Amino acid sequence: MADHLPINTAGHPVDARLSFADRSSNRMDRLRWLLLLPLLALVGLPILMLLLSWNQIDASIWSHLSEHLLPRLISHSLLLLILVGSGVGILGVALAWLSACCEYPGRRWLDPLLILPLAFPTYVFAFIYLALLDFAGPVQTFLREQFGLSPAWLDALSSPIGVIPIMIIAFFPYVYLLARASFASEGLRTFEAGRSLGRSPWRVFITVCLPAARPAIVAGMALALMETLADFGAVSIYGFDTFTTAIYRTWLGLFNLQAATQLASLLMLFMLVLILTERATRNTRAMQSVQSGRASGLNRIRLGPKARWLATALQLLVVCIAVIIPAFQLVIWAGPELHQLFSADYLELIANTMLLASGGAGLVVVGGLLLLAASFRAGPRLVLFSEVSAVGYAIPGTVLAVAIMLAMTGLDRWAGTALAGGIGALLLAYLIRFLRVGWGPLEGVAARIRPQYFEAASSMGVGRFERYRRVLLPLLRPGLVTAFLLALVEIAKEMPATLMLRPFGWDTLAVHIFELTAEGQWERAALPALLLVILGAIPAVLLIRDSWIGQTRSGVS
Amino acid sequence: MFSQRLSIAVLLLCAIALAGCEPSAEPSPESTSGESTATAEETGQQNRLVVYTSRQPHLVEPLFEQFTAETGIAIDYINDNEAALIERLAAEGENTQASVFMTVDAGNLWLAEQRDLLQSLDSNVLDQRIPAALRDPEGHWFGLSVRARTIMYHPDRVDPGALSSYAQLADPAWQGRLCLRTSRKVYNQSLVAMMIERLGEAEVERIVTGWVANLATEPFSSDTRLIEAIAAGQCDIGLVNTYYLGRLLAEDAEYPVQVFWANQGSSGAHVNISGAGVTRHAPSPELGQRLIEWFAGDDAQQKIAASNFEYPAVDGIALDPIVQQWGEYEADGANLKIAGRRQAEAVMLMDRSGWR
Repeated sequence: MADHLPINTAGHPVDARLSFADRSSNRMDRLRWLLLLPLLALVGLPILMLLLSWNQIDASIWSHLSEHLLPRLISHSLLLLILVGSGVGILGVALAWLSACCEYPGRRWLDPLLILPLAFPTYVFAFIYLALLDFAGPVQTFLREQFGLSPAWLDALSSPIGVIPIMIIAFFPYVYLLARASFASEGLRTFEAGRSLGRSPWRVFITVCLPAARPAIVAGMALALMETLADFGAVSIYGFDTFTTAIYRTWLGLFNLQAATQLASLLMLFMLVLILTERATRNTRAMQSVQSGRASGLNRIRLGPKARWLATALQLLVVCIAVIIPAFQLVIWAGPELHQLFSADYLELIANTMLLASGGAGLVVVGGLLLLAASFRAGPRLVLFSEVSAVGYAIPGTVLAVAIMLAMTGLDRWAGTALAGGIGALLLAYLIRFLRVGWGPLEGVAARIRPQYFEAASSMGVGRFERYRRVLLPLLRPGLVTAFLLALVEIAKEMPATLMLRPFGWDTLAVHIFELTAEGQWERAALPALLLVILGAIPAVLLIRDSWIGQTRSGVS
Repeated sequence: MFSQRLSIAVLLLCAIALAGCEPSAEPSPESTSGESTATAEETGQQNRLVVYTSRQPHLVEPLFEQFTAETGIAIDYINDNEAALIERLAAEGENTQASVFMTVDAGNLWLAEQRDLLQSLDSNVLDQRIPAALRDPEGHWFGLSVRARTIMYHPDRVDPGALSSYAQLADPAWQGRLCLRTSRKVYNQSLVAMMIERLGEAEVERIVTGWVANLATEPFSSDTRLIEAIAAGQCDIGLVNTYYLGRLLAEDAEYPVQVFWANQGSSGAHVNISGAGVTRHAPSPELGQRLIEWFAGDDAQQKIAASNFEYPAVDGIALDPIVQQWGEYEADGANLKIAGRRQAEAVMLMDRSGWR
């Protein structure tokens, strides 16, 4: 594929930028709206249901909420945003830089393992680590009985704030994955360029390499933070109050779905504001000046003798905590039932999970492409509405499921269809929930595509459609693969919407986990959880392999 | 020019395909479900019953299978959490396939009834067999098993003589020794709701605030973890549903946690139910009623008692040996409807008292 790329673009750089700007004029805009509107209509219906909840405001509930719940959950949510955000940011970027641009012992082995935490549902991490580390768990019991110790940090890890490290290990791979792809394609080149100007390595990394990878890092962090705020499983296992627990409390405890929906729409708006603020402060010039294309003939950075082993140790530690220990614990719990692994029941669950996940992921990728086409270097209004279409990721799954259920039954009543009980409603839920997972990686890749490629192609007399097919799609390929595989893993893990919207006979592994853990007996769910992890590990490994292939190819060309 | 137009056309087609994809993906599953209801109607709804349940499948599935074997009526069920099932029933309205709603906690059943999702049954069998406190006076729902929530303690560190009532756990003597589950769990909400009915809001708020002041650690997310914390010495006493201890005792008969029956000689220990009702728009209400009556039969009650260390709803059914060792107790006789009616009040009270 690489040979289709117009290599020699030296003659056009300035004009290309201009003509790109020209093209985002009226006709282009109209086309973009045409792409966006159907998506917005599809995705917007349930979101509209959420907003409609504001037609009535229950003053007594709100005065109760604002007095007793809101201050706490706002401060908790901010705490999560800051700590999980900086945690996944630092860990993800550090690991990505190391594995994309540096050389150290064991790199080839450790690299692919770093993506595997994605295969674990967050609630699985949560129940494993809580069971291991709380007062009655094996670690504390051992320390207490053998040495009379009860370290305060272990108490802290099993208290509600212990959910923060859980979320960091669960969500850092988003940043790692996207940042790694970005570093792999341009990190070394920018680093070398900066170094040749005589700046210190750190300074080059901070002032040149990081800003260059910013769109990818931000896309990864946005995914991680939205997951964080929409999470219900892990926070409820740890007893950490957030927006989602308040939403459920209002719904289940106060029997007020309307106020719960209002809370959910607040959460959604909050995320939207956050994302748009980030967009507004983005330094677009820095991004566009970045040279893209594959690093060729550049050697990985050789770390000092101590630093090399530190790098190895860091990666090993992360792999142990986020993959090996939890996987080991699941195997131990599942031990007595392992022989059921290939029973007909489980095979059916696996088949359902894979079917739904691949169908949903396909939709998500198509949706992501539409969003990209609508928003890529577009005006602020198009970007705003694209963000609105992708905001489903910040809506807790059950709330979204209820909204879709209401939208579908409303539509059924109005149009005489029977959408509500069908599989389409579930696929729509996946599309809405995970659209951002499809869009993010595509945007990250697209941001690095130079307009010159198009210009060169058109100067060679290549038509627009051909340009899309022969230039844009191959360039987007890594993003498409990442988007599809990420969505695949996410959908396989998805629980609340699947529970609520699945038609008869569409039980998945996540549904089975719910059935087994409804009464808090987590160990019982070890077997389906293990299967889900194995199933999720396959796309995760493919993801990493794909980026490896990308690198080897670049070495050749 | 041509290619430009072509590209617009293709992109438009893509958009339309995507927009059309949702509805057009429909027909297959929905038509099959449509057919199955149609055939059920044609055959006089003789052979299929749909149940929405939040009970764990491993508890109800064996009973469903036995029911099918005895009656020839096949059961399809959807398992989900109770709130989602209630919303699903409400959204589906007349189009629902579910004839029976089966869940835990009277509060949930009460809510379903309040939202007009359950129909009133006229069943002599159920009225005779299920005690009045465990069913809706108008027959919208019926308790099928009883779960007691009472005090548990570590025998080495607590003298049962020092225990008496739920209220007494607010005494400063228990400072730093009490464990509670999160107030998010409906079991605690029901307990507090029933206490409000009896003692009044101000008094209960005083008690609950006292409990919170006595906490040894942050509230737990599960009863099992709470019992394990008592066993491990993180705290000495706690409020727990007895069947959770039953499960631990089944694995280890010497498990060092014991049951104390609260409020004996006064209001009785707090109990709740798992139960069921026939849905308002049930496609086959007669079959639904038949299933619930079958669950109230001796055989099913025996199995319920044996499978999860709960108490049968019907009197005179033999208990599991583990359950039997906790002894006879006096249960709160107030109608469980109250648990639902006062639940929102209870949740707000718990919020005010700082019970997370």
